Amino acid sequence: MSVQTWTFIIVGLSFALYIGIAIWSRAASTKEFYVAGAGVHPVINGMATAADWMSAASFISMAGLISFMGYDGGVYLMGWTGGYVLLALLLAPYLRKFGKFTVPDFIGDRYYSNVARTVAVICAIIVSFTYVAGQMRGVGVVFSRFLEVPINTGVYIGMAIVFFYAVLGGMKGITYTQVAQYCVLIFAYMVPAIFISMAMTGHAIPQFGFLGKVNDGSGMFLLDKLDQLHHELGFAEYTDGSKKLIDVFAITFALMVGTAGLPHVIVRFFTVPRVKDARLSAGWALLFIAILYTTAPAVAAFARTNLITTVSNRPYSEMPEWFKNWEVTALLGWVDKNNDGIIQYVKGTALDGKGPVQAKENGVAVRGASGEIVVTNPKTDNPNELYIDQDIMVLANPEIAGLPAWVVALVAAGGLAAALSTAAGLLLVISTSLSHDLVKMQFRPDISEKAELWWARGGAAIAVMVAGYFGIHPPGFVAATVALAFGLAAASFFPAIILGIFDKRMNRQGAISGMVVGITLMLYYMLKYKLGKFGGGTPDDWWFGISPEGFGTVAMFVNMIISLVVSRLTPPPPENVQAIVEDIRIPRGAGGAQAH
Amino acid sequence: MADPDNKLVKYWKRNLLYLVVLLGIWFLVSYVFGIFAADALNSVRIGGAKLGFWFAQQGSIYIFVILIFVYVWLMNRLDKEYDVHED
Repeated sequence: MSVQTWTFIIVGLSFALYIGIAIWSRAASTKEFYVAGAGVHPVINGMATAADWMSAASFISMAGLISFMGYDGGVYLMGWTGGYVLLALLLAPYLRKFGKFTVPDFIGDRYYSNVARTVAVICAIIVSFTYVAGQMRGVGVVFSRFLEVPINTGVYIGMAIVFFYAVLGGMKGITYTQVAQYCVLIFAYMVPAIFISMAMTGHAIPQFGFLGKVNDGSGMFLLDKLDQLHHELGFAEYTDGSKKLIDVFAITFALMVGTAGLPHVIVRFFTVPRVKDARLSAGWALLFIAILYTTAPAVAAFARTNLITTVSNRPYSEMPEWFKNWEVTALLGWVDKNNDGIIQYVKGTALDGKGPVQAKENGVAVRGASGEIVVTNPKTDNPNELYIDQDIMVLANPEIAGLPAWVVALVAAGGLAAALSTAAGLLLVISTSLSHDLVKMQFRPDISEKAELWWARGGAAIAVMVAGYFGIHPPGFVAATVALAFGLAAASFFPAIILGIFDKRMNRQGAISGMVVGITLMLYYMLKYKLGKFGGGTPDDWWFGISPEGFGTVAMFVNMIISLVVSRLTPPPPENVQAIVEDIRIPRGAGGAQAH
Repeated sequence: MADPDNKLVKYWKRNLLYLVVLLGIWFLVSYVFGIFAADALNSVRIGGAKLGFWFAQQGSIYIFVILIFVYVWLMNRLDKEYDVHED
């Protein structure tokens, strides 16, 4: 059977499974819709959190990114896992004890202020929308590459599926579909990784293969071989970084703190029955995440070695099938600068512009002297002739390693599972913000349970539409959005929550001024250095040498300092709020999440 | 809340002590071993990898997982000791 047939079968089966689960686990009350009735087993919740957390970017792009960044890729590996330690130790148990439905609930009650609640709602919506647009796009991209439908059709199909189980099942439906999606995505990630590790190093476990020797008879360690190849071709050594230490620190820290402040991750810890389950659940979540995150650097190193040995200084005519398939998609492109028919892959940017622009005649790609697709980008004056998109690395891995068609199809299903599970979690945050934090808590406190549930479903429906719109018309800032989402979460929620738990003296004035200044500063830096507003600036102008991706760290500390100073200059919080803080610090007495 | 022997204050202090120690390890393995001291550690090897590089791409993640489970174990014990555990 062909790859496409296999993809239809496997993706179709996985979708049928998600829909079946959604019908089985419909939500009947707002408590079920918002927090799955607060009755989810910690291991189940850990698995759902892992699927919620690992997005299309983790599944498709991360290994490729690391494979081009080498050591510097560690910022993502540490940054996107270390945040769970902060979650488990500093946030999850206390927020679970607090026992409401949402993050703005906590901010609003702890800071006895609807202004604070509104600031939190706005942050939650901005963070979630910036993040979800990329997920819908990811669904479209996977569909278009593996099933050869237009990207937009892919986005519509993704919208329909998410609409079905998020609107119907709420958190309860999402939780159980995410468990299924975790199983699909981890299986889809591990199978090719294990095959490739076996082929290249003889170790079945990729994490060991990463430390092992290559199978090519040279007796060299994989990483040494990679360093040597990089050295010969003029790249920085794979195991050496090229970013400044201070920036590596700032990015890692911002990603960790941002992870711990993301509302769709935090809210998952409201779904378990007890405080001790919230702690334990964070441990399980990180364990499930770590399986993929420790495999990714191994995949990155295998793929990088494979790529270099396959293409470097080899004639185009000898290139394997996958090389030519990806060339057609314009994610890979070759310009024969010295007309020798041989691929020179060395340090430097091969092409000017974002990606290869293919020359076409009557809709058919024009072929050059060696049979390659001609690209019309202006040539750069360095000797590098090859452009490779980092997203290819994971998607093409099974083909590069010559694995059977069903494995390739599995990767498509895995990418879709990763994108859909994250999108659903984010959509729930948006819908809850509308129905609970705005309608119920601010405009119509006397609303009935049934009406609130309809608002929640309606909110989810609207959120799906808006997310789909962004998926089809991706705004120009999509590339910057992940960093923006983490930076904003780090600069706003994290300090407000931490100080709300650990500093009893923290008051309304302190928290609000901290959040407002933190977000504003982060947005300003992002707009200036990422999007060129306010006069723009080059990396030489960065404050303390810190990139926009890492600036969340600075904004977070500024938020904390302002909160602390302002709170000490203004009256302490009322007695009953101080009693709340005392109460959330001890586990006993955590009931189910309470309706107000 | 009635708290005759400052029991809850002591419970909270012990909790903070655990946090300081565990987050100290968290900082050490990622920021010190994986970033600031990575170059120095790279002269040592674990299998085919330089140690600093390994901490940045593998080791710190394993230790993060262990840290959370150790915290869970410590806190469950502490909750029982101070009689603030659930059910």
